[in-house]
Amino acid sequence: MAKAKKKQVKSKAKVTGKAAGKTAKKVVKKKARTAKKTAKKAAPKTGKSPKKKTGRASTKKAVKKPSQATQSIDSTPIVEAAKGKVARRATAEDMARRQRDISVAEFFIKNRHLLGFDNPRKALLTTIKEGVDNSLDACEEGGILPEVKVVIAPGQEENRFVVTIEDNGPGILKKQIPKIFAKLLYGSKFHRLKMSRGQQGIGISAAGMYGQLTTGKPVAITSKTAKNRPAHHYQLEIDAKKNEPRIIVDEEVDWPVDRGTKVEIELEAKFQKGRQSVDEYLEQTAIANPHVTLQFVTPGGEIKDYKRASRELPAETREIKPHPYGVELGVLIKMLHDTQARTLQSFLHTEFSRVSMRVAKQICEGAKLYERARPGRVARQEADNLFKVINKTKIMSPPTDCLAPIGEELILAGLKKQIGADFYTAVTRPPAVYRGNPFQIEAGLAYGGSIPTEGLARVLRYANRVPLLYQQSACAITKSVLNTGWRNYALQQSSGALPSGPLIIMVHMASVWVPFTSESKEAVAHYPEIIKEVRLALQECGRKVAIFLRRRRKAAESERKKAYIQKYIPHVAIALREMLDLSDRQEKTMVTQLTDILERSRS
Amino acid sequence: MSKIATRIKETATSVRGKIQRKGKPTLSFPLRSLSNVKYHPKKGYLELRGKKKTRTLTVATVKTFAQTLRMMSQAKTLVEDDEIMTKREAYYVSKNWDEARFDEQPESDAVLDDIEALFEVNREQLGFIPEEKGGEIAGQLTVIDRQPDTGKPLRIDCTQFGSGAYSIPISVEHLKFETKAKFILAIETAGMFQRLVKHSYWRKTNSILVSMGGVPTRACRRFIRRLADELKLPVYAFVDCDPYGMFNIYRTLKVGSGNAAHINRYFCVPNARFLGVTPQDIIDYKLPTHPLKEVDIKRARDALKNDPFVRHYTPWQEAIKQLLEMGVRAEQQAFAVHDLNFVIEHYLPEKLAAAKAFLP
Repeated sequence: MAKAKKKQVKSKAKVTGKAAGKTAKKVVKKKARTAKKTAKKAAPKTGKSPKKKTGRASTKKAVKKPSQATQSIDSTPIVEAAKGKVARRATAEDMARRQRDISVAEFFIKNRHLLGFDNPRKALLTTIKEGVDNSLDACEEGGILPEVKVVIAPGQEENRFVVTIEDNGPGILKKQIPKIFAKLLYGSKFHRLKMSRGQQGIGISAAGMYGQLTTGKPVAITSKTAKNRPAHHYQLEIDAKKNEPRIIVDEEVDWPVDRGTKVEIELEAKFQKGRQSVDEYLEQTAIANPHVTLQFVTPGGEIKDYKRASRELPAETREIKPHPYGVELGVLIKMLHDTQARTLQSFLHTEFSRVSMRVAKQICEGAKLYERARPGRVARQEADNLFKVINKTKIMSPPTDCLAPIGEELILAGLKKQIGADFYTAVTRPPAVYRGNPFQIEAGLAYGGSIPTEGLARVLRYANRVPLLYQQSACAITKSVLNTGWRNYALQQSSGALPSGPLIIMVHMASVWVPFTSESKEAVAHYPEIIKEVRLALQECGRKVAIFLRRRRKAAESERKKAYIQKYIPHVAIALREMLDLSDRQEKTMVTQLTDILERSRS
Repeated sequence: MSKIATRIKETATSVRGKIQRKGKPTLSFPLRSLSNVKYHPKKGYLELRGKKKTRTLTVATVKTFAQTLRMMSQAKTLVEDDEIMTKREAYYVSKNWDEARFDEQPESDAVLDDIEALFEVNREQLGFIPEEKGGEIAGQLTVIDRQPDTGKPLRIDCTQFGSGAYSIPISVEHLKFETKAKFILAIETAGMFQRLVKHSYWRKTNSILVSMGGVPTRACRRFIRRLADELKLPVYAFVDCDPYGMFNIYRTLKVGSGNAAHINRYFCVPNARFLGVTPQDIIDYKLPTHPLKEVDIKRARDALKNDPFVRHYTPWQEAIKQLLEMGVRAEQQAFAVHDLNFVIEHYLPEKLAAAKAFLP
């Protein structure tokens, strides 16, 4: 058996990718056969390793090509081996019988941690987060100042809660409701490059699915698009196999609001205060979104209000086309296939941003391609070359008016609203680009006041105005905060740690596509461009806080000196009076003169 | 008004004048360290070279400045009233000064040293007296003191103390002496002194024995100096063979210290000679030794490099080099290895027979 394993490893090292899995499997199978002949004992063990192998090979392609996910070559052959009968464990036909589609829903039920539903506590937060994000996106897109109400009510059973998220947004058309709330990967935000909180179209339906999974209860949605329209009430379930909504209740109801949407999800959850809690999420949301009014009703019935500090909606963001630098080969091939454009030159010009006809021609020439070639033909044969040339050609950076940063003033307003500090500062960096995607970094800093002096600084991370509460250490933003030399800015920092003291650091990344490290959107990926921009923003904040701190320290120091002088000057005068037999008046004059001399010399 | 009181008043007046002219008042003191002394072979002691440090009244120095002035005022009162005060008492008096009080005695001692240096007098002249005992005397000497109450002369015969000894008073300026002794032996340890007294060594050799008890106090140095000067007696030092015995005890006895260089002219015994124990004695008398400690080595190297006295005398430099090479030290009581009274019967007589060969 040891030999078999060794071979397996060897073959894996030799061949890469898809081939590796197959070859390895073959080897194992072959070895397994020989093993069976020699010893019965070895049989169960042989069963194990191929299982492991197939498992790994399949997960890679699980979503798109789920062919091998369910195949198992473990059970039957072992029985056979025990009987000492046929050597072959599974035929291609056996395998084919078990190979079938996997629905996205099924995949995410198994892998719900990818979406932020690892544990009951996090599930509660994720559910609220997805709901609030959707509400805010909808309100802003509709040009409405958002007012969102979050209610967590205890469910009928222990460890169950009913979460209600209600907004004053534009509402949802009746026919769209089922798909939006009960179909995974359905939404408006995935196919466009536009700055928004949601990106993928998974969030809220995944929350509904989690509720359904843990409590068996459907998601309830009520939505109204205008004052004189009826309000629609739905209760929905996800058909996990098909990833399609199943309608339980569909009715018109009376809802005494002008317009808006209300989502109710019952789920298994744990309500907890403190770090990574719902409170923290809402507080941080209020900081980065000073135009939002939030109301939060806790399971205990306590009402918490986060009032808006500004009536200014974020600037409307524009959708942009992808920039050629950010496109990967596969995507380029797909675009070449799908395009409506008739010629390569017009394809490049119309499907990408910042590619003029002239630049498009230049690219065609560089790739030695006929500029009037059909894109579909290029896709099959010369895409590789085209891709290389695109990345070598000098193309203007993508437009940045698609970004809507919070802005320095509003960051300050948000910080001041939620945090009682002595000093606030904010910086909005000019837009920059990573992998062809425009992005913009903002940073805010609050110091002193009611912020606890003990311990490390608190880092508030945001991506497109959404607070990121988990995986702080995996995030590019945290890395930048760590790599910034805060000691240069009159702050304390032990090496490799966050700065310490009464300090809150806020960093916001706005982008048409925020590169998260996972689907649950908890940490920003480590692109050097992003790390650099964050660092620059932090340094700018640092310089400002340093000025404040140094000035404050200087003032304190001079106060201290003044007190010190006033303590000892009288003694100089007393001694001189004693030695020179001076009068009290002369002694007093001396004190005044001395104080004068020393205070002048201080500066 | 005494001369000292006048000088104190002059200093105070200059400080006040500076303040009235809206300037920062200053006090300047001679720099008190070995780097600011030179050895004057003719005068026979370490003399100030005249480097001064100026203390300007600033935010940083205001506390010490105030304390120095208040202490000066205290000294003036003492001098005018002919009163004395120990250093410890001075520290307690400062407790009346509110914020300007001293927290620990070393602080007040330092200020006292400053004032002493400022006026280039010894602190006894300012009315401040030390706590420490001044050393002990036994042998062929009659000290003529005064009765503290009546002021009548009082004759003290130092041969009449039996197994005890006469204590050198804190102030020795008023004493007079009578003696027929041939030399003075200054001994480092009380233990060795006791042995010599026990066997009436002073009678056998017609000498005066002095127990210094470590580094000799000012009173002890002054006492020996007056004996040496007025009775024209040679002084021999008998100390341990280590850098401490050589430079902290013997060097201070003979030429004074760097720290109190301003008063060395009174508190030195220029004609003192080094009887032993020398590094050569360790070899000649096969003495048991201890290895030199790191601090000893440092002190010895420092003496070679910085001590103006050592730098003047080649024999001393050689002795130190020899000691460093041997890497050991020996105590004066180490002679007990041969016989308890070996030191009386062999070592001292043999050394005294060749007094010319003593280290300078």
